[in-house]
Amino acid sequence: MADNVLVFAEQREGKFRKVALEAVSEGKRLADKLGGELSAAVIGSGVEGIAGSLGAYGAAKVYVVDDPALESYTSDGYAKALCRIIKDTEPSILLMGCTSTGRDLGPKVAARMGTGLAADCTALDVKDGKLVATRPMYAGKVLAEVVCPDATPQIATVRPNVFSVAEPDESLSAEIVKVDAEMSPEELRTRVREVIRAAGATIDLTEAQIIVSGGRGMGGAEKFKILEELAEALGGAVGASRSAVDAGWRDHQFQVGQTGKTVSPVLYIACGISGAIQHLAGMKTSKVIVAVNKDPEAPIFKVADYGIVADLFEVVPILTEEAKKLLAE
Amino acid sequence: MICGKEDVMNVVVLVKQVPDTEAKIEVKPGTASIVTETITYVVNPYDEYAVEEALRIKEKLGEGEVTIVGMGPDKATEALRTCLAMGADKAVHLNDDAFAGSDSYAAALALSKALEGLSYDLVLCGKQAVDDDNAAVGIELAELLGIPHVAVVTKIEISEDKTKAVCHREIEGASEVVETSLPAVITAQKGLNEPRYASLKGIMQAKRKPIDAKDAASLGLSAEQVGAQGSRAKIVSMTPPPPRPAGRIVPGEPAEAAREVVKLLRDEAKII
Repeated sequence: MADNVLVFAEQREGKFRKVALEAVSEGKRLADKLGGELSAAVIGSGVEGIAGSLGAYGAAKVYVVDDPALESYTSDGYAKALCRIIKDTEPSILLMGCTSTGRDLGPKVAARMGTGLAADCTALDVKDGKLVATRPMYAGKVLAEVVCPDATPQIATVRPNVFSVAEPDESLSAEIVKVDAEMSPEELRTRVREVIRAAGATIDLTEAQIIVSGGRGMGGAEKFKILEELAEALGGAVGASRSAVDAGWRDHQFQVGQTGKTVSPVLYIACGISGAIQHLAGMKTSKVIVAVNKDPEAPIFKVADYGIVADLFEVVPILTEEAKKLLAE
Repeated sequence: MICGKEDVMNVVVLVKQVPDTEAKIEVKPGTASIVTETITYVVNPYDEYAVEEALRIKEKLGEGEVTIVGMGPDKATEALRTCLAMGADKAVHLNDDAFAGSDSYAAALALSKALEGLSYDLVLCGKQAVDDDNAAVGIELAELLGIPHVAVVTKIEISEDKTKAVCHREIEGASEVVETSLPAVITAQKGLNEPRYASLKGIMQAKRKPIDAKDAASLGLSAEQVGAQGSRAKIVSMTPPPPRPAGRIVPGEPAEAAREVVKLLRDEAKII
């Protein structure tokens, strides 16, 4: 019996999250290596219409559970729906994005199925027909390879912005399979009463491709304005180190680091950030790191691809000016 | 198991002893484990928020017990004593060589058996342990206990009649207000509260508070069901992360260097 891959493709407000497409693309690559098929699971309310688009990314089948009770994510609802699809399809591997939903759903399904879970994976492969999941431990100080030798499905959640999204091939199509998971609202033991959007949160840091981040060197909340201008010029988001958050200059939701968010953007510009281990834990897998700091001994320079030892208040406005000029060309 | 008396909330808090986040972590050559001899161990920082929240709930109601439950080797007793010194009433220490090498599932299984012997209205723990960073045990435990969970919570309000809790759950760019029935497992995120330091009085009192040791057999579990043997996910190797290729300091006056970096980002790194 072939080893198949199932990907839970997370949608939000009727649109697939980027990490869902990353997981589907990686799932296809693994399914090909196993000589099996890739299927996707789409769960929500009013989501049937978007399911077909996953065919272009290599899904042979897309299983859809569409029910008003699943409008908002609840662990009871989504675990029931996903486990029903797992029961019907018996995949060897289950993937999903390591988002707030994936971090919630992955463990619940793992416990229900009595199987293994590797969370926040930064690399995946198959060896001898088994998934080998590489994931950071000890705040990224160690990379562990994890396997699930006996139980199925082998579950892995993937870190956003690490895996590539495949070029969609519009000539491919997926078979849509509607699944009735027999949802009933009474079974849901938790209920989302409301969602309070965070002020100033236009794009979540974990999804940003470019991040301009400020640390203790900023010196004040209003000083972050120059970082906002640079971020805007580059089309990025603004982050902060723990020092800046603890000082009350930025909200905790913008904190990058071990006790904040782990980000993996294409470009991370660290301004006035010394580079403590706990901060590096949250950003050192960024593709390119630029550091601006007055202190030549600052540990951040050890991980930076390009470092500028100077006053950030002199440097950052020039970066913004030059970036604007360049992008206008 | 729900406590019968209406006004009392018994809270169980799961606590893990982990390496200090400042610790230098080295892989033991030829093994899938780390060198432990030189490490300082502490209470998992996220679990501290859970302990603090439990103590606040108890103080607000004036009654109820806070029980700390932790799995770990002999030295984990220190972490349990620290929590008792903060004000918890008693502790249960899952201590058995057989528990070593547990993945999230095997740990949750053993903890679920320990909780079956306790009376609780609420289970609190940190959202993740800062050693394995898998962020799974609290949620897996809830599933094995057959109770709901709310994870990554920055605020908890217990209803007057103690049958429900309203939590603020952190999601991308927002806070979800989630209502759950109790008993439930709630996992703590930074910002839930500011944990207290143990007072000298608390430390002295902690010495006389009970720590009940449990081995696998006393929980009705065989060695095959727990630890490395009972784990579904196994760590087969550990390596230090690949070092980033050396970068460089871009020289010159601030304005010059800034211009040069933007050029390099376009021409060399090719990202803008």
